[in-house]
Amino acid sequence: MTYRFIVQIERKPGLSDPEGATTARALTDLGFTGVEHVSFGRTITIDLEDEDPDDAMRSVETMCSKLLANPVIERYTIEAVS
Amino acid sequence: MTTAVVVFPGTNCERDVEYALSMVGLDAELVWHRDTDLAGADSVILPGGFAHGDYLRTGAIARFSPVMKEVERLATAGVPVLGICNGFQILCEAGILDGALVANQDLKFICKPVTVRVESTNSVLTAAATVGQVLRIPLNSYEGNYISDESLSLDGDTSVVLRYCDADGDLTPAANPNGSMASIAGIANSRGNVAGLMPHPERAIEDILGSSDGKVLFESFAASIPSVNA
Repeated sequence: MTYRFIVQIERKPGLSDPEGATTARALTDLGFTGVEHVSFGRTITIDLEDEDPDDAMRSVETMCSKLLANPVIERYTIEAVS
Repeated sequence: MTTAVVVFPGTNCERDVEYALSMVGLDAELVWHRDTDLAGADSVILPGGFAHGDYLRTGAIARFSPVMKEVERLATAGVPVLGICNGFQILCEAGILDGALVANQDLKFICKPVTVRVESTNSVLTAAATVGQVLRIPLNSYEGNYISDESLSLDGDTSVVLRYCDADGDLTPAANPNGSMASIAGIANSRGNVAGLMPHPERAIEDILGSSDGKVLFESFAASIPSVNA
Protein backbone atom coordinates (compact mmCIF):
# COMPACT_ATOMS: atom_id res chain seq x y z
CA MET A 1 0.00 0.00 0.00
CA THR A 2 1.26 3.47 -0.82
CA TYR A 3 0.61 6.15 1.75
CA ARG A 4 0.92 9.86 1.07
CA PHE A 5 2.25 12.26 3.67
CA ILE A 6 2.40 16.04 3.57
CA VAL A 7 5.28 17.38 5.63
CA GLN A 8 5.06 21.04 6.53
CA ILE A 9 8.28 22.67 7.74
CA GLU A 10 8.36 26.15 9.21
CA ARG A 11 10.79 28.42 11.00
CA LYS A 12 10.60 28.15 14.78
CA PRO A 13 8.69 31.03 16.33
CA GLY A 14 10.92 33.81 17.57
CA LEU A 15 13.63 33.29 14.97
CA SER A 16 13.96 36.00 12.36
CA ASP A 17 12.08 35.41 9.12
CA PRO A 18 12.96 38.34 6.84
CA GLU A 19 10.93 36.97 3.92
CA GLY A 20 7.80 36.71 6.06
CA ALA A 21 8.33 40.13 7.66
CA THR A 22 8.87 41.81 4.28
CA THR A 23 5.74 40.17 2.83
CA ALA A 24 3.68 41.20 5.87
CA ARG A 25 4.82 44.81 5.34
CA ALA A 26 3.92 44.65 1.64
CA LEU A 27 0.45 43.29 2.42
CA THR A 28 -0.10 46.08 4.94
CA ASP A 29 1.13 48.66 2.40
CA LEU A 30 -1.42 47.29 -0.08
CA GLY A 31 -4.17 48.12 2.37
CA PHE A 32 -4.81 44.72 3.94
CA THR A 33 -5.41 45.59 7.55
CA GLY A 34 -4.79 43.33 10.49
CA VAL A 35 -1.92 41.34 9.01
CA GLU A 36 -0.14 40.34 12.19
CA HIS A 37 2.28 37.72 11.00
CA VAL A 38 3.41 36.07 7.78
CA SER A 39 5.83 33.18 7.73
CA PHE A 40 7.26 31.07 4.95
CA GLY A 41 7.77 27.35 5.12
CA ARG A 42 8.31 24.38 2.91
CA THR A 43 5.96 21.60 1.91
CA ILE A 44 7.31 18.17 1.11
CA THR A 45 5.04 15.46 -0.29
CA ILE A 46 6.19 11.91 0.29
CA ASP A 47 4.62 8.78 -1.19
CA LEU A 48 5.75 5.82 0.85
CA GLU A 49 5.19 2.14 0.21
CA ASP A 50 4.64 0.27 3.46
CA GLU A 51 2.48 -2.55 4.79
CA ASP A 52 1.38 -0.66 7.86
CA PRO A 53 0.24 2.99 8.03
CA ASP A 54 1.63 3.45 11.53
CA ASP A 55 5.03 2.15 10.46
CA ALA A 56 4.91 4.50 7.50
CA MET A 57 4.12 7.44 9.77
CA ARG A 58 7.01 6.49 12.06
CA SER A 59 9.35 6.36 9.07
CA VAL A 60 8.33 9.84 7.97
CA GLU A 61 8.80 11.07 11.54
CA THR A 62 12.37 9.75 11.47
CA MET A 63 12.95 11.30 8.04
CA CYS A 64 11.91 14.67 9.45
CA SER A 65 14.05 14.54 12.55
CA LYS A 66 17.08 13.19 10.72
CA LEU A 67 17.15 15.10 7.45
CA LEU A 68 14.10 17.06 6.33
CA ALA A 69 14.02 19.58 9.18
CA ASN A 70 16.84 21.20 11.13
CA PRO A 71 15.71 21.10 14.78
CA VAL A 72 17.86 24.11 15.62
CA ILE A 73 15.78 26.44 13.47
CA GLU A 74 12.71 24.56 12.25
CA ARG A 75 9.66 22.68 13.43
CA TYR A 76 7.42 20.42 11.40
CA THR A 77 4.04 18.77 11.14
CA ILE A 78 3.16 15.59 9.29
CA GLU A 79 -0.24 14.96 7.77
CA ALA A 80 -1.27 11.55 6.43
CA VAL A 81 -3.55 12.25 3.48
CA SER A 82 -4.21 8.78 2.13
CA MET B 1 50.93 14.12 6.95
CA THR B 2 48.56 16.34 5.09
CA THR B 3 45.46 18.47 5.46
CA ALA B 4 42.47 16.69 3.98
CA VAL B 5 40.46 19.17 1.91
CA VAL B 6 37.05 17.57 1.44
CA VAL B 7 35.38 17.95 -1.94
CA PHE B 8 31.62 17.46 -2.22
CA PRO B 9 29.73 17.67 -5.51
CA GLY B 10 29.38 21.45 -5.83
CA THR B 11 32.37 22.42 -3.69
CA ASN B 12 34.28 25.12 -5.57
CA CYS B 13 36.92 26.59 -3.25
CA GLU B 14 39.14 23.53 -2.79
CA ARG B 15 41.93 24.77 -5.06
CA ASP B 16 42.01 28.17 -3.36
CA VAL B 17 42.27 26.45 0.01
CA GLU B 18 45.00 24.15 -1.29
CA TYR B 19 46.94 27.22 -2.46
CA ALA B 20 46.40 29.03 0.84
CA LEU B 21 47.65 25.99 2.76
CA SER B 22 50.78 25.92 0.59
CA MET B 23 51.42 29.55 1.58
CA VAL B 24 51.75 28.46 5.22
CA GLY B 25 53.78 25.35 4.44
CA LEU B 26 51.02 22.75 4.59
CA ASP B 27 50.41 19.97 2.07
CA ALA B 28 46.82 19.43 1.03
CA GLU B 29 45.13 16.33 -0.27
CA LEU B 30 41.80 16.73 -2.00
CA VAL B 31 39.46 14.04 -0.67
CA TRP B 32 36.25 13.05 -2.43
CA HIS B 33 33.18 13.06 -0.20
CA ARG B 34 32.62 9.33 -0.73
CA ASP B 35 35.99 8.46 0.79
CA THR B 36 35.72 6.93 4.22
CA ASP B 37 39.32 6.89 5.36
CA LEU B 38 41.14 10.03 6.49
CA ALA B 39 43.78 8.12 8.42
CA GLY B 40 46.58 9.92 6.60
CA ALA B 41 45.31 13.38 7.51
CA ASP B 42 46.49 15.43 10.47
CA SER B 43 43.85 18.11 9.88
CA VAL B 44 40.70 18.68 7.84
CA ILE B 45 39.20 21.61 5.96
CA LEU B 46 35.69 21.70 4.50
CA PRO B 47 35.94 24.42 1.84
CA GLY B 48 33.24 26.66 0.43
CA GLY B 49 30.89 26.09 -2.47
CA PHE B 50 27.43 24.66 -2.89
CA ALA B 51 27.67 21.05 -1.74
CA HIS B 52 24.90 18.94 -3.28
CA GLY B 53 23.47 22.10 -4.83
CA ASP B 54 22.47 23.45 -1.42
CA TYR B 55 19.28 21.43 -1.90
CA LEU B 56 16.91 21.15 1.07
CA ARG B 57 19.11 23.36 3.27
CA THR B 58 22.75 24.35 2.89
CA GLY B 59 24.83 21.46 4.20
CA ALA B 60 21.82 19.26 4.97
CA ILE B 61 22.66 16.56 2.47
CA ALA B 62 26.43 16.96 2.66
CA ARG B 63 26.39 16.09 6.34
CA PHE B 64 25.34 12.56 5.40
CA SER B 65 28.10 12.11 2.82
CA PRO B 66 30.20 9.05 3.73
CA VAL B 67 33.28 11.13 4.58
CA MET B 68 31.46 12.98 7.36
CA LYS B 69 31.59 10.06 9.80
CA GLU B 70 35.35 10.26 9.61
CA VAL B 71 35.34 14.06 9.92
CA GLU B 72 33.20 13.71 13.04
CA ARG B 73 35.56 11.09 14.46
CA LEU B 74 38.59 13.33 13.93
CA ALA B 75 36.77 16.36 15.35
CA THR B 76 35.98 14.37 18.49
CA ALA B 77 39.58 13.16 18.68
CA GLY B 78 40.80 16.77 18.83
CA VAL B 79 42.18 17.00 15.31
CA PRO B 80 42.03 20.52 13.79
CA VAL B 81 38.87 20.81 11.65
CA LEU B 82 37.92 24.02 9.87
CA GLY B 83 34.79 24.82 7.87
CA ILE B 84 34.80 27.83 5.56
CA CYS B 85 31.48 29.25 4.33
CA ASN B 86 29.60 26.21 2.99
CA GLY B 87 31.97 24.08 5.07
CA PHE B 88 30.84 26.01 8.17
CA GLN B 89 27.22 25.38 7.19
CA ILE B 90 27.95 21.65 6.87
CA LEU B 91 29.62 21.50 10.31
CA CYS B 92 26.55 23.17 11.83
CA GLU B 93 24.13 20.83 10.07
CA ALA B 94 26.19 17.89 11.28
CA GLY B 95 25.95 19.16 14.84
CA ILE B 96 29.75 19.32 15.08
CA LEU B 97 29.35 23.06 15.66
CA ASP B 98 26.33 24.69 17.27
CA GLY B 99 23.76 26.87 15.58
CA ALA B 100 22.64 27.30 11.98
CA LEU B 101 23.11 29.62 9.04
CA VAL B 102 20.02 31.02 7.36
CA ALA B 103 19.27 33.51 4.58
CA ASN B 104 20.85 36.95 4.92
CA GLN B 105 18.60 39.47 6.61
CA ASP B 106 18.13 41.55 3.43
CA LEU B 107 17.64 38.40 1.32
CA LYS B 108 20.51 39.35 -0.97
CA PHE B 109 23.58 37.39 -1.92
CA ILE B 110 26.52 39.27 -0.42
CA CYS B 111 29.85 39.28 -2.24
CA LYS B 112 32.19 41.92 -0.87
CA PRO B 113 35.11 42.41 1.50
CA VAL B 114 34.06 42.75 5.13
CA THR B 115 35.97 43.47 8.28
CA VAL B 116 35.96 41.06 11.20
CA ARG B 117 37.40 41.35 14.68
CA VAL B 118 39.23 38.55 16.46
CA GLU B 119 37.30 37.79 19.66
CA SER B 120 39.22 34.81 20.99
CA THR B 121 42.49 33.09 20.22
CA ASN B 122 41.37 29.78 21.66
CA SER B 123 40.80 28.10 18.30
CA VAL B 124 42.62 26.56 15.38
CA LEU B 125 41.42 29.54 13.37
CA THR B 126 42.76 32.33 15.55
CA ALA B 127 45.58 30.89 17.68
CA ALA B 128 48.22 33.00 15.93
CA ALA B 129 46.12 36.19 15.85
CA THR B 130 45.58 38.70 18.63
CA VAL B 131 42.30 39.59 20.32
CA GLY B 132 40.94 42.80 18.83
CA GLN B 133 42.82 42.37 15.57
CA VAL B 134 40.73 43.58 12.61
CA LEU B 135 40.92 41.57 9.41
CA ARG B 136 39.61 42.45 5.95
CA ILE B 137 38.32 39.30 4.25
CA PRO B 138 35.79 38.67 1.45
CA LEU B 139 32.31 37.42 2.30
CA ASN B 140 30.50 35.45 -0.40
CA SER B 141 27.22 33.94 0.72
CA TYR B 142 23.43 34.01 0.73
CA GLU B 143 22.93 31.90 3.85
CA GLY B 144 25.46 33.62 6.11
CA ASN B 145 23.10 34.78 8.84
CA TYR B 146 24.18 32.92 11.96
CA ILE B 147 21.51 32.03 14.46
CA SER B 148 21.38 29.78 17.42
CA ASP B 149 18.35 28.80 19.44
CA GLU B 150 17.93 29.85 23.04
CA SER B 151 19.04 26.52 24.41
CA LEU B 152 22.52 27.15 23.12
CA SER B 153 24.81 29.31 25.16
CA LEU B 154 27.56 30.82 23.09
CA ASP B 155 29.57 31.31 26.24
CA GLY B 156 29.39 27.63 27.09
CA ASP B 157 30.15 24.92 24.56
CA THR B 158 30.73 27.40 21.79
CA SER B 159 33.03 30.36 21.69
CA VAL B 160 32.77 33.27 19.30
CA VAL B 161 36.08 33.74 17.52
CA LEU B 162 35.21 36.37 14.89
CA ARG B 163 32.63 39.16 14.77
CA TYR B 164 31.72 41.51 11.93
CA CYS B 165 32.93 45.01 12.77
CA ASP B 166 33.65 48.33 11.12
CA ALA B 167 37.13 49.38 10.00
CA ASP B 168 37.90 50.64 13.51
CA GLY B 169 36.92 47.34 15.08
CA ASP B 170 33.61 48.58 16.49
CA LEU B 171 30.52 46.36 16.40
CA THR B 172 27.77 48.39 14.78
CA PRO B 173 24.51 47.30 13.13
CA ALA B 174 25.76 48.78 9.85
CA ALA B 175 28.89 46.65 10.04
CA ASN B 176 26.87 43.45 10.39
CA PRO B 177 26.35 42.56 6.73
CA ASN B 178 23.88 39.69 7.01
CA GLY B 179 22.00 40.05 10.30
CA SER B 180 24.01 37.44 12.16
CA MET B 181 23.16 37.09 15.84
CA ALA B 182 25.58 39.16 17.92
CA SER B 183 27.50 39.98 14.71
CA ILE B 184 28.94 36.48 14.71
CA ALA B 185 31.20 35.67 11.73
CA GLY B 186 33.01 32.66 13.16
CA ILE B 187 32.76 30.26 16.08
CA ALA B 188 34.69 27.38 17.60
CA ASN B 189 33.88 24.52 19.93
CA SER B 190 34.98 24.85 23.55
CA ARG B 191 38.07 22.76 22.91
CA GLY B 192 39.02 25.07 20.05
CA ASN B 193 39.94 22.31 17.59
CA VAL B 194 36.84 22.76 15.44
CA ALA B 195 36.07 26.16 13.96
CA GLY B 196 33.88 27.62 11.25
CA LEU B 197 33.56 31.01 9.62
CA MET B 198 31.50 32.53 6.81
CA PRO B 199 34.12 34.86 5.20
CA HIS B 200 36.76 33.35 2.90
CA PRO B 201 40.29 33.77 4.33
CA GLU B 202 41.73 31.81 1.38
CA ARG B 203 40.70 34.74 -0.84
CA ALA B 204 42.74 37.17 1.25
CA ILE B 205 46.00 35.29 1.32
CA GLU B 206 48.34 37.71 -0.49
CA ASP B 207 48.37 41.39 -1.37
CA ILE B 208 47.69 40.80 -5.06
CA LEU B 209 44.22 39.57 -4.02
CA GLY B 210 43.49 42.87 -2.30
CA SER B 211 44.27 41.70 1.21
CA SER B 212 46.58 39.27 2.95
CA ASP B 213 44.67 39.45 6.23
CA GLY B 214 43.42 35.89 5.85
CA LYS B 215 46.93 34.52 6.12
CA VAL B 216 47.09 34.79 9.90
CA LEU B 217 44.08 32.48 10.11
CA PHE B 218 45.85 29.84 8.02
CA GLU B 219 49.01 30.39 10.09
CA SER B 220 46.85 29.73 13.14
CA PHE B 221 45.58 26.53 11.55
CA ALA B 222 49.12 25.40 10.72
CA ALA B 223 50.35 26.21 14.23
CA SER B 224 47.52 24.11 15.67
CA ILE B 225 48.62 20.90 14.00
CA PRO B 226 50.69 18.96 16.54
CA SER B 227 53.06 17.39 14.01
CA VAL B 228 53.90 20.80 12.59
CA ASN B 229 54.73 22.11 16.05
CA ALA B 230 56.84 19.10 16.96
